[in-house]
Amino acid sequence: MYHTKTLAELSSMLAAGKVSSVELTQSFIDRIKQHDSDLNSFITVTEEQALAQAKLADEKIQSGTAGPLTGIPFAHKDIFCTQDVKTSCGSKMLDNFIAPYNATVVEKMADAGMVMLGKTNMDEFAMGSSNETSYYGPVRNPWNTNAVPGGSSGGSAASVAARLTPAATGTDTGGSIRQPASLCGITGLKPTYGRVSRYGMIAFASSLDQGGPMAQTAEDCALLLNAMAGFDRRDSTSLELDVPDYTADLSKAIKGLKIGLPKEYFGEGLDAGVAEVVNQAIQQYKAMGAEIIDISLPNTHLAVPVYYVVAPAECSSNLSRFDGVRFGYRCEAPRDLEDLYKRSRGEGFGTEVKRRIMVGTYALSAGYYDAYYLKAQQLRRMISEDFSKAFEQVDVIMGPSSPGTAFNIGEKTNDPVSMYLSDIYTIAVNLAGLPGISVPAGFSNNMPVGLQIIANSFDESRLLNIAHQYQLATDWHKQIPKAFA
Amino acid sequence: MEWESVIGLEIHAQLATKSKIFSSASTAYGAEPNTQACAVDLGLPGVLPVVNQEAIRMAAKFGLATGSNVSKHSVFARKNYFYPDLPKGYQISQFELPIVEKGKMEIELEDGSKRIIGITRAHLEEDAGKSLHEDFHGMTGIDLNRAGTPLLEIVSEPDIRSAKEAVAYMKKIHSLVQYLEICDGNMAEGSFRCDANVSVRLKGQEEFGTRAEIKNINSFRFVERAINYEIERQIDVIESGGEVIQETRLYDADKDETRSMRSKEEANDYRYFPDPDLLPVILDDAYIESVRNTLPELPKEKHQRFVSEYHLTDYDAGILTSSRELADYFETVAKQLAGDAKLVANWVIGDLSARVNKEDISIRQSPVTAKMLAGMLKRIEDNTISGKIAKDVFNAMWSGEGDADTVIENKGLKQITDSSAIESMIDDIIASNPQQVEQYRSGKDKLFGFFVGQAMKISKGKANPAQVNEILKQKLNG
Amino acid sequence: MSLGPDEVKKIAHLARLGINESDIDDYASNLSNILDLVAQMNSIDTRNVPPMAHPQDVGQRLRADEVLEENQRDRFQKIAPQTENGLYLVPKVIE
Repeated sequence: MYHTKTLAELSSMLAAGKVSSVELTQSFIDRIKQHDSDLNSFITVTEEQALAQAKLADEKIQSGTAGPLTGIPFAHKDIFCTQDVKTSCGSKMLDNFIAPYNATVVEKMADAGMVMLGKTNMDEFAMGSSNETSYYGPVRNPWNTNAVPGGSSGGSAASVAARLTPAATGTDTGGSIRQPASLCGITGLKPTYGRVSRYGMIAFASSLDQGGPMAQTAEDCALLLNAMAGFDRRDSTSLELDVPDYTADLSKAIKGLKIGLPKEYFGEGLDAGVAEVVNQAIQQYKAMGAEIIDISLPNTHLAVPVYYVVAPAECSSNLSRFDGVRFGYRCEAPRDLEDLYKRSRGEGFGTEVKRRIMVGTYALSAGYYDAYYLKAQQLRRMISEDFSKAFEQVDVIMGPSSPGTAFNIGEKTNDPVSMYLSDIYTIAVNLAGLPGISVPAGFSNNMPVGLQIIANSFDESRLLNIAHQYQLATDWHKQIPKAFA
Repeated sequence: MEWESVIGLEIHAQLATKSKIFSSASTAYGAEPNTQACAVDLGLPGVLPVVNQEAIRMAAKFGLATGSNVSKHSVFARKNYFYPDLPKGYQISQFELPIVEKGKMEIELEDGSKRIIGITRAHLEEDAGKSLHEDFHGMTGIDLNRAGTPLLEIVSEPDIRSAKEAVAYMKKIHSLVQYLEICDGNMAEGSFRCDANVSVRLKGQEEFGTRAEIKNINSFRFVERAINYEIERQIDVIESGGEVIQETRLYDADKDETRSMRSKEEANDYRYFPDPDLLPVILDDAYIESVRNTLPELPKEKHQRFVSEYHLTDYDAGILTSSRELADYFETVAKQLAGDAKLVANWVIGDLSARVNKEDISIRQSPVTAKMLAGMLKRIEDNTISGKIAKDVFNAMWSGEGDADTVIENKGLKQITDSSAIESMIDDIIASNPQQVEQYRSGKDKLFGFFVGQAMKISKGKANPAQVNEILKQKLNG
Repeated sequence: MSLGPDEVKKIAHLARLGINESDIDDYASNLSNILDLVAQMNSIDTRNVPPMAHPQDVGQRLRADEVLEENQRDRFQKIAPQTENGLYLVPKVIE
């Protein structure tokens, strides 16, 4: 059975001719058809294009011009523009939007020979932590279909966890890769801000958004990041830095690694079961020769407030282009221009998106800018400096990815603030622009728990190495939910 | 009561880049609607801006040429408002940290007096598209070709005190941006336009009155008329016991009046914040110096040089340096001539400028090129043709009949300088006009002109006038 | 921090969001809760802390002034709600 294999294993099988890309692609499409009605993890399945791409990949493999990712099926979060394929961003606003161009990440992965199975479900415009804000309905957690998969990359996380695809892309603005990876028991990497091009990735909060890979293992994430990362002349915030081979350091020993444990990540609000799993993982690292150091990130408690000024402010402006004029949803028979704007946007956006646009609009409006936006940017620097100081002392920081395991669908929908607080451990990393990874570390009440590892800027290689070493010693990442085994 | 008007101008100069400020789409004017609006200009989901280096360089040039501070750290910000010609729902502009600050511009008034007008700042921003209101079943059509064209918004201090000063200032800036080759100055195509902030106060009063902003004025004439109208309107309002409202007004050239635009009190909350898709523009000293080294000779320096090098009057030099293309034309011609540059100045300021203005074209489009004019003036210098004949040669060249030598040859306009030929012609004239000779010799000096006229008529203007005069005097007085 | 219905309407208008009259109270209470959460920022003294707009402290990269885009109007207008003669159509704009 192909679906139990990791991406790296499938890559070897393709190279050795043990399976063709067409066979592989068909088998995953069959699984999507069989299982996705239970999960709702895909918005669009591109069967025809996928099989055509797979055929081309097989030709490349036969002619010896294939790379390690050629012929590997995967899925894109529906936030990446895919030419001639619907790109909805989980919103009614873009339900009719057939993107007229490809995101840079989409181009890069196609250039690597990968086969796109479809587009995964997500919180509307990536605004949510449970995948319940999607216009296409909530995604269900494969470990318990009454529970949320996390968000906003919930469709990507659930589809990888249920082995409907070997890998998927995600985006992470405040934890949207790491939190669903944690809640679904897969590996998800948020790279350093600027590592992966944002061109063609529909913007939520421009100074925080970052695309990254989601897969079963750190090794798979390394292979994917090799294809995704790199300078893009179309993105002013893209970094002009060489991209290392992220698989090169995977097997390095981690003896002597200095791991910082911020006391703020283990305090009030952390579920006891989650704490236990995370502590066990840290013990494992200790056993592997790492040194554990207690540290403090004193401004952690400010990350959520700061984020809920910066992100809504940026989103309120980024989402102004959805006005019913050039693309996307337009209301029926607008009476006048103002009616066109208000009804197209009022009807096209869901409640959470409207809430955040309003918060951001308020925070930027005359008389409040200094009290909200400017203040938040000052605190953002203080939060960032906490990390800089910590990395003078330690190599990486570890803690939980999320304060609890997956909660039930509907449990927090009417209480945005309690939903926001579930991102408490991931948000500061986005504010500081650092890379972070969530690694499956065990279960609490039969639901997966993720260990979050945070590194200094551009240190993705080290993150992947540390996660890979853990995965060599444990098999949490190999667990598959029974219904999808 | 004596009133004083206080005026500040915001001039929008479209920068002459090939591509847009944040995208690689063309800025060429006049293309079919929306054929030069790329994904970035349309604000499609997911697209991102990248800054055009030429726009930065041009702004820096303007800053250096006006003695401004060119900022080493400037920031692009978003100005948020909804309008159909603004695709993203925000305009990328500069707010707190513009690229150019604190410059000045000297203007001269008709009475010869000079004033300094402060330049508060000049910042870069993107232009919006165009709304076309002709009837599409009662709807408005949007063309986004212009969206994203780089603009330099040049904001003056409220130092201007009359409509005439405003025009003088605007003309100076208009001339400067063309000197710097950063804007084509084409006002008909909207490449150079301005908003005027106008208020009035009692003479001697310290604080400013409430101002009105007149939007989008696109000719010097309209600037003068719009400001004068607005000043009168505000004085009338106040003198009749009313209050001026802070508002945006439009100048209607047909009715020669300004009228209030829809009230924008709520729309003024633009929610500026630094654009998170763009990073601060950092310039270092080496860069700024390298731009300084590319600055051309500026109008004031050129003016002085024209006076000293070509011995022109202050007045002529002023006119010739009022636009770079006129100055360049003059100098190209003058360099090719050995003699007095006054002759060149007279032709360039006189016949050439008159013809260019009449046909409403630019000097660059003149069918008589600098080389052609120089060729003709050489023929005046070497006495091949007279100044009078030259006017015919000039007109023939303008109509495309070739260069001066060709015209002179084809039309047989070469001046007659053969003394014996002129003498025999004059002998004939004297012989056939005995009555006039009689009268002249009996003291009616004015008749001398008659004989000159006859000589020119018979020679079809080709006889050398100096020789005609001399020989006539000899024969008549003799 | 508490937002009333009038403020919610004002913000919604500024953001051109049509919201149902019946939802305004919900928005008011949710937005107020969010602003309460955000108000924690006020407890910290940030004098002399330079604002941080970007994760990376680098300057803007500049692009060469080249025309690289071709006309793609047909492709772009295929996804537009309403066009005519190459123009995007909107309800009459009154100035």
